[in-house]
Amino acid sequence: MWTWFHKWGSPKWFYQMSWPWSMVLGILALVLLTIGTVWGLVYAPVDYQQGNSYRIIYIHVPTAILAQSCYFMMAVLGTISLVWRMKMADMVLKSIVPFGAVICLLALITGAVWGKPTWGTWWVWDARLTSMLIQLFLYLGVLAIYNVMESQQSADKSAAVLSLVGVINIPIIKYSVNWWNTLHQPATFKLTEKPAMPAEMWIPLLVMVLGTYCFFGSQVLIRTRQEILQRERKTNWVREEVKRLGGVS
Amino acid sequence: MSAFWSMLQRELVVAYRRRTDLLNPLLFFLMVITLFPMGVTPDMEKLGELSAGILWVAALLATLLSLDMMFRADFDDGTLEQILLSNGVVEWRVLAKMLTHWLVTGLPLTLISPALSLMLALPGRAVPALMLSLGVGTLALSLIGSVGAALTVGLRKGGLLLSLLVMPLFIPVLIFGASAVASAALGLGFKIQLLYICAISLVALALAPWITTVALRISVNQS
Repeated sequence: MWTWFHKWGSPKWFYQMSWPWSMVLGILALVLLTIGTVWGLVYAPVDYQQGNSYRIIYIHVPTAILAQSCYFMMAVLGTISLVWRMKMADMVLKSIVPFGAVICLLALITGAVWGKPTWGTWWVWDARLTSMLIQLFLYLGVLAIYNVMESQQSADKSAAVLSLVGVINIPIIKYSVNWWNTLHQPATFKLTEKPAMPAEMWIPLLVMVLGTYCFFGSQVLIRTRQEILQRERKTNWVREEVKRLGGVS
Repeated sequence: MSAFWSMLQRELVVAYRRRTDLLNPLLFFLMVITLFPMGVTPDMEKLGELSAGILWVAALLATLLSLDMMFRADFDDGTLEQILLSNGVVEWRVLAKMLTHWLVTGLPLTLISPALSLMLALPGRAVPALMLSLGVGTLALSLIGSVGAALTVGLRKGGLLLSLLVMPLFIPVLIFGASAVASAALGLGFKIQLLYICAISLVALALAPWITTVALRISVNQS
């Protein structure tokens, strides 16, 4: 078990093993997302209050959940990178950042699209929405670090530090806004709570959540593979691999 | 500890010798405050309602403006490298730099805030809340901001990136700060919000010196 874990720290091993894994996850994602989408959009029952407009939940909730977990994973990888100095952690972290940013943006956009018919407005300074927006800013900050820092090593370390610091902030944001809101507006928006949701509605949602996680896994693995090729370009095995793929070495 | 005190002394002397730099955040604070009556409304009643948020946002921006200076000069002339290489616990020296930053920006901002709150027609009963929340809150801002300042000090144009990195981290402090002042203005208690600011400051006080030191090492190694 432990050696298996250690092997993932080696770029070459990671490169070789990630190919089947990304394939499996990709196919799984395709299947789950197709089932979930059709089930959710066509067969799931109409909501008694919101009619058909609630169906965006099948995109909104998975993206929102994933946007949070992406950042959390970044923080975990950042810790690994800072404490144990594993270079694979840096590479995976870097591959997650743009994905997380896009997913977070998607969650915000689908939230706005959902908000328009149900709340009558695209944007409310509500606790959840604001904390998601801040989440996006945090992603953009890490992204900016990669773009600005010249040396790879310091960019990696800075991104790790920032991911760590940012994750401390997330629960603070979440709770703080509860207090903030009591002054401004009562929390009338509890759409995300679903105690009374029938199984025909939440099972496709669960399928969609699992599907997006698989999609995330396969995408991050593929991006990391590219990162490996780029960073390890001076090693022999990468040269051979590139030659095998038909590139110039 | 002695490293801390000697560093603090040195920093304060340096700050005193550069008196114009000390004034800049205060002037910025004053000017941003002036922009609101001109840009939004000169109506004193409306301003009174907005003043809690305006004062806090302006204080936050003024702190942000001065953050870039925290390590810049020492980085340019190599002092920072000496500090990082020095004997003893480097974190104490870094903490001294952070506290100096608060002493020369956050504390003066807090002290002049009652005068500016008059200009914005903040109800008088909210002034203690304003001063307390700013006093503790700007300390948190200096501490949190130091991480961003340390990460960007090696970059030639770090200022803009610094605000991008640090602003999301400032938001909780801003929320509690403005909310404390606003509820005090309504005649309600503000203890909860103040305690939250204190909690954030204490957590930042415990963690920021370590994280900033790590960030400084990254920045110094880079160049």
